[in-house]
Amino acid sequence: MSGMHRDRLNGNGIRREKQRRTVRNVIRIASLFLFNGYLTGFRNGRIFTGRTKSVCVPVLNCYSCPGALGACPIGSLQAALGTSGGRFPFYVLGTLMLFGAVLGRLTCGLLCPFGLIQDLLAKITSKRITVPKKTDRLLRYLKYAVLALFVIILPAFFRDDFGSSVPWFCKYICPAGTLEGGIPLTLADRALREMTGPLFWWKVLLLAAVIAGSVFIERFFCRYLCPLGAFYSLFSRVSAARMKIDSSACISCGKCGSVCPMALDPVRQISSAECILCGRCADICPAEAVSLRFSLFSVNALREKD
Amino acid sequence: MDNTGRTAALIRAVLIITGAILITIGILGKEYVSVFNKAVRICLECIGIG
Repeated sequence: MSGMHRDRLNGNGIRREKQRRTVRNVIRIASLFLFNGYLTGFRNGRIFTGRTKSVCVPVLNCYSCPGALGACPIGSLQAALGTSGGRFPFYVLGTLMLFGAVLGRLTCGLLCPFGLIQDLLAKITSKRITVPKKTDRLLRYLKYAVLALFVIILPAFFRDDFGSSVPWFCKYICPAGTLEGGIPLTLADRALREMTGPLFWWKVLLLAAVIAGSVFIERFFCRYLCPLGAFYSLFSRVSAARMKIDSSACISCGKCGSVCPMALDPVRQISSAECILCGRCADICPAEAVSLRFSLFSVNALREKD
Repeated sequence: MDNTGRTAALIRAVLIITGAILITIGILGKEYVSVFNKAVRICLECIGIG
């Protein structure tokens, strides 16, 4: 038995696991307030108009959320594609590329407020729906279709007579916009409430479906629908933040797979584009074979001592 | 570092540099103003009204 494994069994490992979990939870709550810190907005039904709104945040966070201090990158990308008159969206795409190369899907697992909400929803019950593997594999491609169609193609090519287009994803799909922007604003502002119609109720219905899905299927929206997650997953194999497994230390107990919110098997899929780097597999591993690594300028092999 | 690691590090460096260049071009072209203008007005489409 290795020293590390002994450590885990005698309690040191469990203490480390708790410390790591606490640090992660603190970061997640801090990022929630960092991206949505304008609390006054929720009371008076107004949105923040400070200079930080010209900066894209790394997560899906509606800029019409009363608390939002920054701009949503997916909303900004659609706006740039739809109103730039055919110009390449250098600023937004560069920002997304930088976030993707440095953080990758760590943003999904650690920073995203909508991811945090889904994790809380999953705590409502321990009952889970297991999506058949074939269906699951097909549904996971849906988020790439959403990215390509609703975020890029439709906003870029379907314009009105004035040369501008609508943010298709925000308008017809985004449940984060409904939850963070639509509901708080219509509750706080009577004029907006009176303007609600079929589109609003369609989005509320979609939000309800995502909430219900997230209760029984962990990270439902991240798995199947999120276009930002789809974009970041393109960087999974090269991003500075990555999961790593020491195969020689792995005892093949299967615990890592049982806690993965994305229904992956970390032993076989450590560099999967679906991994959101939440670190739960590293926490549960009794042999401490799995770890979250961050190295900006060097990459060691993902799988040590194969 | 093995070959896979070296390639990944190289691609990452290229992406970071490219990202930084794109952001710089965007800032010089004042694209952040469009982002700002969009973000400081309530987006009626985003909240399901427009």
